Amino acid sequence: MTSTAVTRYHPLARTLHWLLALGIVGNFALGLYMSDLPFSPARLQYFSWHKWAGVGVLAFSAMRLLTRLMSPPPALPQAIEVAMPGWQKRAHHATHVALYALFFAVPLTGWAYSSAAGFPIVLFGLLPLPDFVPVSEALADVLKETHELTAFAMAALVLLHVAGALKHQVIDRDGLLSRMGFGR
Amino acid sequence: MNTRLLSLALVAASLSPLAALAQQAIVPAQSEVSFTSRQMGVPVDGKFKTFSAQVAFDPAKLATSKIAFTVDTGSADIGREANAEVVKPLWFNVAAFPKATFTSSSIKRIDATKYEVAGKLAIKGVSSDVVVPVTLAQSGATTVASGAFPIKRLTFRVGEKEWADTSMVADEVQVKFKIALTGVPKL
Repeated sequence: MTSTAVTRYHPLARTLHWLLALGIVGNFALGLYMSDLPFSPARLQYFSWHKWAGVGVLAFSAMRLLTRLMSPPPALPQAIEVAMPGWQKRAHHATHVALYALFFAVPLTGWAYSSAAGFPIVLFGLLPLPDFVPVSEALADVLKETHELTAFAMAALVLLHVAGALKHQVIDRDGLLSRMGFGR
Repeated sequence: MNTRLLSLALVAASLSPLAALAQQAIVPAQSEVSFTSRQMGVPVDGKFKTFSAQVAFDPAKLATSKIAFTVDTGSADIGREANAEVVKPLWFNVAAFPKATFTSSSIKRIDATKYEVAGKLAIKGVSSDVVVPVTLAQSGATTVASGAFPIKRLTFRVGEKEWADTSMVADEVQVKFKIALTGVPKL
């Protein structure tokens, strides 16, 4: 089956998709790595970078949600619409809804965790961000767990998302991936 | 000791400058010693849980007034993770230097409630001159002495080797205090 021309996402939506892909995967890896480091200047530096990047993910996610609301994603190509079983359609919608929720939940729980632990976020070392929770060790423990759990949930959904995209590209060869692509 | 000798001793005692000053007592429950450092621009608050003071202060006799303050470096509380680190040799080195002290050398009156206390601050075996602004507020039997002053942590070798990098942890640390005292003469 050859891929016929598909309607792509809005250029801004495509740009934000790949920026966030990079930011989320990178920041997840940094978070995993830094949390096991012993107390050291490097650890503190990575924590700061992780927080700044997380604020970036949050900001780009807000832009992305706005872009999606103003320019809804193109409908699935007719061939896919016909071929795809109902459970797959439901799964793909549910995955996207959950991913969007986590784009906000993961950074926000991280931000709150930082505030509760008594280390407010100062973006790029210059711009202090407000604390929306009080300093509290008990709260910090809960938020740390929540931040980790939501991050791992997002990682699992990202894997599912990538697996789905690859299935369309390699097995179905329906050109669905090019909706997020550039060029040609 | 007969009455005559006793009264003589009392007269002699009242003539010695220290005896002429009432000794004030610190009220630890109403007192705090805290500090704020900056880590990559982030203000990080800490406090000392254990400290003591010997204060002989009379606003009418500043020349003979004396303030000595001691902080237990091992009582620093900056938050769980940092607490385990700050006692180590690169920071306060609590095992070798369990106390940080301030000893006044002179007290200058600015106005009825404001004073400047000059003296030596000794942390981690390093002694340095500081001038501490103090504001007094009296209410009932209690006098609260409060103020804040900056110190440079590297002067006292607090944060050595990899921690000496001031782009990571700023050199300047703001020290704040609020000391409740009883027995201070009326201002």
